[in-house]
Amino acid sequence: MKTNSSLMTVMALAGVIQSAVASDITGKVTLKGTPPPETPITMDATCGKLGTAAITTRRYQVGAEAGLANVFVYVKTGLEGKKFEPKGAPPLLDQVNCVYEPYVSGVMTNQKFNVRNSDPVMHNVHPTPKNPANKEFNLGQPTKGQVNEKSFPAPEILVRFKCDVHPWMFAYVGVVDHPYFAVTDKNGVFTLPSDLPAGTYTIEAFHVKAGAVTQQITVGATEKKSVNFTIDAK
Amino acid sequence: MKPPVRYTWLHRFAVLTAFCTLFLVCVGGLVTSKGVGMAVPDWPNTYGYNMFLFPVSKWVGGIFYEHTHRLVASGVGLFTTILAIWIGLSEPRKWVRVLGVVAFIAVVIQGVLGGLRVTLVKDELGIFHGTLAHLFFCLVALISLVTSTWWRTVSSSGTVSSLLRLRKYVIVATSLILGQLIIGATMRHQHAGLAIPDFPLAYGKLYPETSAEAVESYNRLRLETTAVNPITPFQIHMQMIHRFGAVASALSVLLAWKVARTYLKEVASAQGFAFGWVILVMTQASLGAFTVWSSKSADVATAHVAVGALTLMTGCLFLALLSRLVWVGRLSPAKPSPARVTSLLACSV
Repeated sequence: MKTNSSLMTVMALAGVIQSAVASDITGKVTLKGTPPPETPITMDATCGKLGTAAITTRRYQVGAEAGLANVFVYVKTGLEGKKFEPKGAPPLLDQVNCVYEPYVSGVMTNQKFNVRNSDPVMHNVHPTPKNPANKEFNLGQPTKGQVNEKSFPAPEILVRFKCDVHPWMFAYVGVVDHPYFAVTDKNGVFTLPSDLPAGTYTIEAFHVKAGAVTQQITVGATEKKSVNFTIDAK
Repeated sequence: MKPPVRYTWLHRFAVLTAFCTLFLVCVGGLVTSKGVGMAVPDWPNTYGYNMFLFPVSKWVGGIFYEHTHRLVASGVGLFTTILAIWIGLSEPRKWVRVLGVVAFIAVVIQGVLGGLRVTLVKDELGIFHGTLAHLFFCLVALISLVTSTWWRTVSSSGTVSSLLRLRKYVIVATSLILGQLIIGATMRHQHAGLAIPDFPLAYGKLYPETSAEAVESYNRLRLETTAVNPITPFQIHMQMIHRFGAVASALSVLLAWKVARTYLKEVASAQGFAFGWVILVMTQASLGAFTVWSSKSADVATAHVAVGALTLMTGCLFLALLSRLVWVGRLSPAKPSPARVTSLLACSV
């Protein structure tokens, strides 16, 4: 028992020390140029009864002051050789009113995440990874509330999920081998997890249509840094 | 000579099976055109139900097309099994009995291929599944032809040398069409939509640029509404080969028609086949263009698949017809009366 208490004390101390030397990175991704208009989606009769709002494609979702949503921002280089464990509850990829939510999200390699069918209609969950180490699967979710736990063993930017029952349904999941990633909100703002160790990193902002932009940054212990990106509309 | 009634009904059943197979090709084509081949993730069950007991209320979205495809395929499998047994029991010609057995084996392989494509989540299997579908349709149509009264009673017409000359052209044209269908199946089962969105030019050029940068820009500019895969240089080259192949196929069919008109004016069946083939290949080329112009509309793309199947089938049957006429012609160098030919055939075929 004494050994356990000592161990916990050491771990708590290590946590305090780590937060004391960790840095905060926040920023914004701005879209430059005018994106093509979104295409309205006509659902089938079954899905059409579920939601009241008209839906469109989600290629470019632009918010206040040209902030670009759904950009996957992550530490691309600088964390090699380090081991990390996922924290918090497993992420959720939901199917609501015949639309995948969120459109873009992220998980760590081997991190368990849940896929849920919140609709009273049948869906199938069909990721199509390109990295051979990540296995393609096709999972039926015929009942409302069904949840299945999945994970991917290898990094990949981004894995596309689709539903073949409803071909307009697709979403993207970024898989990285550390927890330092984020997805921009409706105004293009992102915040990386606050315990990024001091060091020099390449940060990449990846958008499904507009592509990737990168920046190299150096952050010191307890430093707060703002990293902004501009992506051209293609 | 009137054939026995059992042969007449066997022929009719073979024709029915061929029509059902064409319908199956259409439904299968629709499944791929709509991108819903994986809408039912299990096989041979359907979302855990026995396939034949899957509630109609659940036939929604992509499930409707995929499940219908499976049911129609089951029907064709049953018809083919009956056909093979019927032929085995009633057909005196050994090679026709072999055709029946091959059809049965082919339909089983085709069903298993379709199932494995779903359970193994392998797009590549879809290419074989799509190609075998066309070949199987040709086989059933061939069985329909060889069990017909025409096949049993045809008399010698046209010179053997002219028939052989035409047959060479038909072999070339049919091979080109088969190649086109294999390329088409490969393109469709990449699930990447239209690799080239314009026609007759390709990305505004006679031959599009396929560098990594160019292909990346093509992908960025696409305004997809469904989950199609990104296009690759391979797919662009495939579509260009398909376009050139379409020209070559159409020209070869036109050449075959010209040869038939020039050397076999008196052979009505050859004239009819050649003319029908020209109509089909021109329709098929037009549908190919409309497939691009309609941004690969599912209905147009499926019609392209169906007419492609008919075009290949016509080539195969044309080839069989010419081979039959050559055989009959060699049997009767002195151009005997139809009655003599019939009696010869009754003895030896």
